[in-house]
Amino acid sequence: MKASKLLAQCLAQPEKLKALDDKALTAIITAARAERLLATLAHRAEGLELPSSVQAIFRDALIECENVHRTAMWEVDRMQHALHDMDVRVVLLKGSTYVAAGLPAAKGRQVGDLDIMVPRDQLDAVEGALINAGWEWVKDDPYDQQYYREWMHELPPMIHNARDGMIDVHHTILPLTARPTPDAQAMMDEALPLESGTYILAPTDMICHAAAHFAADGDMAGGMRNLWDVHVLYAHFAKDGAFGQQLADRARHHGLYEAVSRTLRMAQALYGTQIAQQFSSRLSMLDRLLLRRVMARDGWGREGYVITRFAVYVRSHSLRMPPLMLARHLWIKWRKSGKDI
Amino acid sequence: MDNMRHHCQIAVGPAVFRIGSDWRAPITQLQSLYSDYPKAEGQIPDFTVRLEAQRWWRRFVRPSVHISGDYMLPDASPLPLAQGLLAAEMAMNLQMAMGWRRHLLLHASAVERDGKVLVMTGLSGSGKSTLSAILAENGWRFFADEFALLGMEDGHIHPFPRLVSLKNSAIPAMEHVIDDKRRFGPLLKDTPKGDIRHLIPPKSAVEAMGKSAPPVLLLYPSFGKAKQIREVAPTENFLRLTQASTNYVALGEPAFQALTHFVQSVPAFAIDYANADEAMALIADLWPEGAT
Repeated sequence: MKASKLLAQCLAQPEKLKALDDKALTAIITAARAERLLATLAHRAEGLELPSSVQAIFRDALIECENVHRTAMWEVDRMQHALHDMDVRVVLLKGSTYVAAGLPAAKGRQVGDLDIMVPRDQLDAVEGALINAGWEWVKDDPYDQQYYREWMHELPPMIHNARDGMIDVHHTILPLTARPTPDAQAMMDEALPLESGTYILAPTDMICHAAAHFAADGDMAGGMRNLWDVHVLYAHFAKDGAFGQQLADRARHHGLYEAVSRTLRMAQALYGTQIAQQFSSRLSMLDRLLLRRVMARDGWGREGYVITRFAVYVRSHSLRMPPLMLARHLWIKWRKSGKDI
Repeated sequence: MDNMRHHCQIAVGPAVFRIGSDWRAPITQLQSLYSDYPKAEGQIPDFTVRLEAQRWWRRFVRPSVHISGDYMLPDASPLPLAQGLLAAEMAMNLQMAMGWRRHLLLHASAVERDGKVLVMTGLSGSGKSTLSAILAENGWRFFADEFALLGMEDGHIHPFPRLVSLKNSAIPAMEHVIDDKRRFGPLLKDTPKGDIRHLIPPKSAVEAMGKSAPPVLLLYPSFGKAKQIREVAPTENFLRLTQASTNYVALGEPAFQALTHFVQSVPAFAIDYANADEAMALIADLWPEGAT
């Protein structure tokens, strides 16, 4: 069995770890690390009787995760400090949201860049304030800069000159060239305040964002982790029985119904998420292709299925932009990478 | 396809590595050089390392070894297959540097005598590695030549006696000291770090690699200068050691506590020396009981 499939099973039912031999444990640890799910697995395995070498690896992962969360919250703090004299609503996205709000999806979650969303008409001011506080461009290539500013849903990424923390400043959740155009204004308006002064997306929007990110954007690298986020968030919010209907309505409003239902179907296939009836249906051919792409990791941490991965990469870009623009983009990217060979 | 063509496992000190390779040669070399180390096959490894061809046909045509594994550097340039052993060693170092969390890692060499440890740190070319190799042939127990592992609970240095990687002029110097040719790996010429030849640490050091000991002296050697000793104050020492550690920041508060205790309890000196004999004399002067 492919290591990533085993990993999915053990995340959903951690007691299965106990039945694995050393070879399978090695494979699953390696795959989990490569998928940035090792601390999540470690968290799920807490209290299980496992070989001491596995316990030691899990302990390291949990300690590391704690430090990563502390650093992530410090980056949030520094960002707030940089923007403190602006009257701007800052919504945290992805990993920092889960940690800041203490959601169950934070447990074991790796947090890399700080992702925030601000109203589009305040984008320039936010950018200026961050640059004043020590953030700098990562990509100063003119094509990349123009590409982000003209077509993307975020500013080109910035990195802090002293702390190395990366920040992505979004003004909506999908590239402007993508077909669905989520209602960013409504997401901003209905965001929920945290005590610290930042905001998080409302539960339905949080799932819509995760689904948009997973199903309508990107080449699905890290898909196992994104689906795990959705699995845990959905299970948490769906304790309120009305959640399924609210989510469906909200997803339709954003033009993301298809993305949300596909993401939920795949989370169900992978982790057994208990999803509302209306999202449930048989897996399509495309779902199966995407699942194969998501679970490409072997027991040595390598990604297999080269052709599947390429097909999904092209699909992801075709969702992001119209065909002619895609051809031009791939051509420029290819020529630029060609220079290094 | 769920396995790598060639693979082996190696235990060095507290860490177990799994090395997979598209080619047989690097694995055979590792198995031969690590044959006196405790058996690690069948254990659950802490780290996985992969030596891979970037394209499948590069296994055969101008084969070049791309280093990857649990932790990788995005821009690491591949090495020719003839330097596959170096690639494996670099990859194992990289896993330790980026991934090890059970000790505070100091970029340092370490040797032990009478249950006490001498730690030597400094940039490449300072001679810390060669000095530890020479001391290891003269009655000291070899602990490490690349990473000294500082225990955050016991304050001890824990042995990590991987192969000594001799560079350039250190190669003839050690060939002169050690007669047993079986302790040397193949001479790797014109690597990115110059000529390299690996040296197997003394058998006694490998056998005792589970036994830690407290540090009593820290030196900053500097090779090629007129003989001189300067005491390094704890504050300066602390700062320099945070820079010499690859996981200080990642470990957080326990690392701060351990390092604070280390600089407060272990005297530190910068020593300049023109040749190995001078360094030995300086170490004898500074060692608590005046040994060597």
